[in-house]
Amino acid sequence: MEESSIVKYYLRKIIVAGLVILAVLWVITPFVISILYAFASKTDYYSPNILIPLHYTLEHIQKLLDLGATRAIINSVIVAVITIIISFALGLPAGYAFAKFVFRGKDSLKLLIIGLRMFPILVIAVPLVTLYIRLGLNDTLLGVALAHTAMALPFVIIISSSIFAGVPKELEEAAMIFGLDRKGAFFRITMPLALPGLTAAAIFTFIMSWNEVFIASVLTLTNRTLPAFILTSAMAAPDFIKFAAGFIMIFPAMVFVFIARKYLITMWGITLK
Amino acid sequence: MSKVSVMEKYLPYILIAPSLAYLLFFIGYPLAQGLYLAFTENGAFSLENIEYLLNSPFSKFWEALTDTFLLVLVIIPIQVAIALGLAMLFNMKFWGRNTALYLVILPLTISDVAAGLIWYSMLSTNGFFNKLLMNIGLIKEPIYFFGYEYRPMEFLAIVLTEVWRATAIVFVILFAGLQMISQDHIEAAEVFGANVWQRLRYIVFPMLKPSLQAALIIRTLFAFQIFGVVWVLAGRDIPVLAGEAYYEQVQLRHTGVAAIYALIIAAISVTIGYIYIKLFRAQYLEEGG
Repeated sequence: MEESSIVKYYLRKIIVAGLVILAVLWVITPFVISILYAFASKTDYYSPNILIPLHYTLEHIQKLLDLGATRAIINSVIVAVITIIISFALGLPAGYAFAKFVFRGKDSLKLLIIGLRMFPILVIAVPLVTLYIRLGLNDTLLGVALAHTAMALPFVIIISSSIFAGVPKELEEAAMIFGLDRKGAFFRITMPLALPGLTAAAIFTFIMSWNEVFIASVLTLTNRTLPAFILTSAMAAPDFIKFAAGFIMIFPAMVFVFIARKYLITMWGITLK
Repeated sequence: MSKVSVMEKYLPYILIAPSLAYLLFFIGYPLAQGLYLAFTENGAFSLENIEYLLNSPFSKFWEALTDTFLLVLVIIPIQVAIALGLAMLFNMKFWGRNTALYLVILPLTISDVAAGLIWYSMLSTNGFFNKLLMNIGLIKEPIYFFGYEYRPMEFLAIVLTEVWRATAIVFVILFAGLQMISQDHIEAAEVFGANVWQRLRYIVFPMLKPSLQAALIIRTLFAFQIFGVVWVLAGRDIPVLAGEAYYEQVQLRHTGVAAIYALIIAAISVTIGYIYIKLFRAQYLEEGG
């Protein structure tokens, strides 16, 4: 009896470990392979006997950058930054209102924002082209950023509201008792305490915009963002250029997420609830 | 009432109004404009776009509709099953859990286009998968995943990529849900002699239902917008609704037809969202979002 329960205990441990390793390998292997292939020499890639490349080169990345990826990367960063600025300028006040005020219609308004977040935002791209042509926004980075803001805004409102709600009311009230008005309390107390969470939210907004391909492809022609550039230009290129393209796309996202990893689960938990 | 408190009363509305106006404009206007684009030709009412969509030999509408639904029907159950298994696995305590968790949800951060490219490096003729199988002697000739004559294999490649990429979203929601179930309930059941299956069937599953529903709906909504993965791996070999919208707009400049595709995707999403709210409204409000 004693012995069999010990066997059972270790068997259970081994099965759990095996399953976890399997799950991690399933996710990690394609990442590792695609990164290795992005730097593998041509001969190694095309040689059927070389499973893990032995010779590495920066040639493919260089070639991709020469094809126009440099410009596309800069465009993507500009679009993402404008998206963060506008969506935070609009979204933070709304998030603050939901977190710190009691008012009529609050629940319905919040439900509306959540409903709008569910809206398949890519469908706005095609009709926007006509409006943008009229406004001179077609094929501009600002135009893409404005559409990306529509995508990111509900997320920014919901996230910032939960971050602001996490700042204890007592601290703000104490500040107001000691002579700060609501504005002063916000900028001197609430904002500094909310800053780490808001930084993580900004990183997520950046990645949302950086990854978005449909709207960017439809709204631009010459001012391509990186995913739009890759979708149109790099798809006709040889395999190793595609792998280089994959690497350039995932690299910043992975770095940023590593920085914000502490918030990863919480943030996805909140946004996807 | 003093001036300050009147200000306080209207302040939340003033703070919310810009966001709301922005969202309503950027969603409402395109929808109205989309209807106009879809049903007019040179300013007059016209069914030409619908006619093209349904009957033109260049249009792949019916194929796109079936393939999109087929992909959703195949991908979602696999994702939910894997995510559920993973969530229960990670709900146990083991050494290195946080690192493993971080690694497993990594695909959340990358785009659909990048995911397509990553799996292309796995499955291409000179890719890892083929080389691996050939080197251990399981196959003599490479397995072809890409190209019009290998459409079923392209379909498989898309399913693999989507399962790899987006299962993490379902997993995170279910995992969060599992963590909220109090260990006391489970232990109480254990004390009263419930076996593993009974504990799952009568305690875990019922309490996990809200998370499961949320995960299902969110994944389904996004699955109907599938685009990047398909476009990278199969192009128009396997047409999907969003892909056809992109093709009609960007390649053919058929803005009216592209607008119809957009409206169809919107209609499908709104229908699913409506069913969701209808079915689960009470508990949705209770949670306060």
